[in-house]
Parts: sequence; structure tokens; C-alpha cells
Amino acid sequence: MALDKQTIYKISRLARIHVDKVDIDRYASQLSTILDFVEQMNRIDTDNVAPLSHPQDRVLRMREDSVTEHDRRDDLQSVAPMTENGLYLVPKVIE
Amino acid sequence: MERHRALNAFITVDPELSLNQARAADRMLKNGGSRPLTGIPIAHKDIFCTKGVLTTCGSKILSNFVPPYDATLIKRCYEEGMVTLGKTNMDEFAMGSSNETSYFGPVRNPWDQFRVPGGSSGGSAASVTARLCAAATGTDTGGSIRQPAALCGITGLKPTYGRVSRYGMVAFASSLDQGGVLTQSAEDAALLLNVIAGFDPLDSTSVEEPVPDYGSKLKDDIDGLKIGLPKQYFDEGLSPEVEVLIRDALRVLEDHGAVLIDIDLPNSELCVPCYYVIAPSEASSNLSRFDGVRYGYRSEDYEDLVDMYMRTRAEGFGDEVKRRIMIGTYALSAGYYDAYYLKAQKLRRLITHDFERAFELCDVIAGPTTPTAAFEIGAKTSDPISMYLNDIYTISVNLSGLPALSVPAGFAGDLPAGLQLIGPYFSESRLLNIGHRFQMDTEWHRRIPGGFE
Repeated sequence: MALDKQTIYKISRLARIHVDKVDIDRYASQLSTILDFVEQMNRIDTDNVAPLSHPQDRVLRMREDSVTEHDRRDDLQSVAPMTENGLYLVPKVIE
Repeated sequence: MERHRALNAFITVDPELSLNQARAADRMLKNGGSRPLTGIPIAHKDIFCTKGVLTTCGSKILSNFVPPYDATLIKRCYEEGMVTLGKTNMDEFAMGSSNETSYFGPVRNPWDQFRVPGGSSGGSAASVTARLCAAATGTDTGGSIRQPAALCGITGLKPTYGRVSRYGMVAFASSLDQGGVLTQSAEDAALLLNVIAGFDPLDSTSVEEPVPDYGSKLKDDIDGLKIGLPKQYFDEGLSPEVEVLIRDALRVLEDHGAVLIDIDLPNSELCVPCYYVIAPSEASSNLSRFDGVRYGYRSEDYEDLVDMYMRTRAEGFGDEVKRRIMIGTYALSAGYYDAYYLKAQKLRRLITHDFERAFELCDVIAGPTTPTAAFEIGAKTSDPISMYLNDIYTISVNLSGLPALSVPAGFAGDLPAGLQLIGPYFSESRLLNIGHRFQMDTEWHRRIPGGFE
């Protein structure tokens, strides 16, 4: 699968990773090489095979619906780049 | 540690913490209440959150992150009275097989400082090899404990998926990641696994399965043990120098009464392509949390919110991490999900079936850990696929969630290579037993590189 510039731009938006114009060609060629490589998977017929998402086919454990966390807001916000009055600050979204 | 700074094995050392823990260990030893590993110096891969101590995961985006809590594995080591020597260097977000993707620079292999130590737990492997610490922790998503252990000539254990808590361990690919240990011997690995294994309610994938005393069966007889040799692990991809060492190592086990049988893992050659869909897909989801809002690095120059995300992530992540996030994003995107992600999940079942069938014929599976000994720094950085193929013998174990052990099998010239033993779910005791019997008869694990004695 050869990815074109347009597709790289789209992936970069979806992934929220800025790609400089000068790097687009490099990404296109590297990602295309990797996709070609993984497409070897198509050599095997998997039509009647169920997908495996947990390595031991287990389901996630359930627990009692009770409060297990206490308030650690100050602790957790102490490592944030910008906060004010217990809120995370980001650039203005609504004008 | 100061003298061997050139190895670049550590990202952070905290002498004050180490000394305080050493004093506390002394008190435990004097006043009673000590445990088997009290006072033993250990290094932790910088992927495990340590309260009050920088935890970078080898990335610029976490280069200022001081966690407000401890990982469960860290907590257990503290409670044991072990002494933390520092946080070890690693490939960025554990994505790499050479430790060259670290934001903090490559780690050098103590056997040859122009060569890689393997990855992603490269700093952990180098620090144990150089005897800077008695043992180290690591994580293994596609071989990241076993491969560096093999390339550095030490012992590395990747436990069964769910055996060791992942709480506080920075997530890469959640259906594959597993914490484990890098040590000087199988016996040490057993003692350390005793400390870190076990159920943890804080990790939803932690398994409620009884924890045996991993040290109790080390000396068991292996007479009659059936060892399966997958023909795919001894094909043309394996370097002849490593193959000789592996065949010799298997002969040692035969001398103990083990029986070698040929087995077939027909889908194993597709494990690398399968992995490079599943791991990046899960990574693209897991790493979406690094947004410059709640912790870590934030770009200084941006126009609006989306631009802040995009620039923060572009500046904060290295090339390999960006490649994988973008591959994963593509594989999960509308119109491509079935062709990539679903296809890989189906293949994953076939790969797991191969193991199930094999374990009907044999007790454990053995082969090389890596196709070659350590390569030179820079040799594979421009070719991602050749780097990925380093993990060809280790990746299928993660896809199937199995436990596996790598023990030093000898030297190709001056460079070590590893024998890999793979067992059924929760067979860690058996693997460590075989590793220990092997190490009772061999000296490879006792060899120390020149300048580090």
C-alpha cells in the first residue's frame, strides 16, 4: 500500500501529530514500507477464524460498584503544565 | 556507577533515596522483619512510576514528569526492603530493540561499547551485565526483556500476561505488555519474581491465580522433560554462530535426561507483521493521553487547542514513536480496520493455536532468543523493518501471552547469545527450574565483561 501525501496529512491530523511539509515524503515512504511488510498477513486465509483480543481469551474482571478512589485532584494536578483553581488550562476553544 | 557513566545505563539516579532505603534496610535486618531480598540493590526501568522520582519512559514528552504515585511493582520492591539504585535508560515508550530510540541517548553494551545492548530494557540489561546492580526490572511487549538479556549475556524472564501488575507501568500495547526481571541467574529471577508477582486489584488485567514459591522447584529433576524445537526457529534467518551455541546448550539439557523433539509452529513467520499491526494500534490509542494538558511536556508555540496537541506531540515524541502511532492510527481508521487490525487479531488466534498444539507434544519449547548477537550502534536505525526482525523469535510469545525465559547460552566470539525457553501459561516455576539446572552445569552466566569485574 503506497500512501500519498494527502493520506499522510490525514493520518497526521487523526493522530494529532504535526508533520512538517519537508517530512511528508519521508513519512509516506517509511509508512508505506511498513504497510507493505505487514500485508504479508494476507498470505494466510483467516476467513473462519475468530479474532483474539486477549491473549488467554479471558474477559476483564468485574468488581463491586463501590467507591475505590479518594480525591487526589491536587496531587494529580501538581504535574500539569497549567492549572488554575483546580482546572486545567488550555488555549481558548470558543471565541 | 559514576565510573561507568559512559554506558548511559541510567536516566536518573537519586543517591538520597538510595541511602535512605539502605538505612531502612539495615534497620529491617537488625530489628527483625527482614525479607529474602531486603538490602539487595535493584535498578528499575524508567517505565515504572516512582513517587517523587522522575519517570520519563525514555521520552522528551515525559522528560519533566514526576509521578504522584508508585507503580505496584515498585511498591512491592520497597516493601521488600530492596534498595533502588536508579531508573534505567530505555527505548522511547519501549518501542525499539536497540535502546537507540531513547531521548536520552543510546545505551552501550558492556561487552563491546560500540554495540547495542538490545532493547527496549537496554539500560536494565547493561546495568546488570556491568554488575552495577544485583538485578533490574524490565518490561516485555515483543521481546524487550529477553532480547537485551540475550545480547548482554544475562538472564531475563517475561512472565505470563497478567502475572505481574501493570499498575503504574506506562502503557505501550496493553494486550501484550508484561513486567518482569533481568538478573544474573535463574535463581535470582525466581527470588525477584516472588516479590513482584501476584494479583493486584488496581490492574484490571491482573490475574487471580495463586503465586507459588518460585524458588522451591529450582533443583527439580528434568529427566524425561520433553523439549520441542520449532523448525521455524532454526531456519535460514538464524546466524550459524548462534545456532552452534544453541545446539550445544540443548545438549547440556539432554545430558540431564531431557528429550528433544521437532515441532512445527507454522504461522510463526507471520508473527512480526501481525505484531506490527496490533502493537502500533494499541499504542496509538494508549499514547493519545499525551496531550500537553494534564502532565508532561507542552509546546511553547501554538495557535489553538488542536495546534497545541499537534505541536506538543510532534516535538515531544521521537521518530519511531511517531511512526508507530501513525501506523496504528491508519490501521484503526475507518475503511482499514478490517484489513489490518481485525486481520491481525485473527492471525493472532492462529499463532496461539500453534502453541496450544505444540504443548500437546512437549513440555516446553526451546530455541534461540535472537537471530544474531549484538549489532553495532547505528547499523539498523535507518531501516525499521530490519530492526523489527530482531524480535522474530520473541514476539509470538507476547501475542499468545506465554511466559518465556532467556538464559546465556555461550559466546559467539566475544559476544553473548541467549537460549530461549517458552512454557505454557503460568509455567514460570518450570522454566526457572530448567534455567537453573542449565546454569548449574554452565558458567556463561558468571562471565563478566572486562573492566566491570
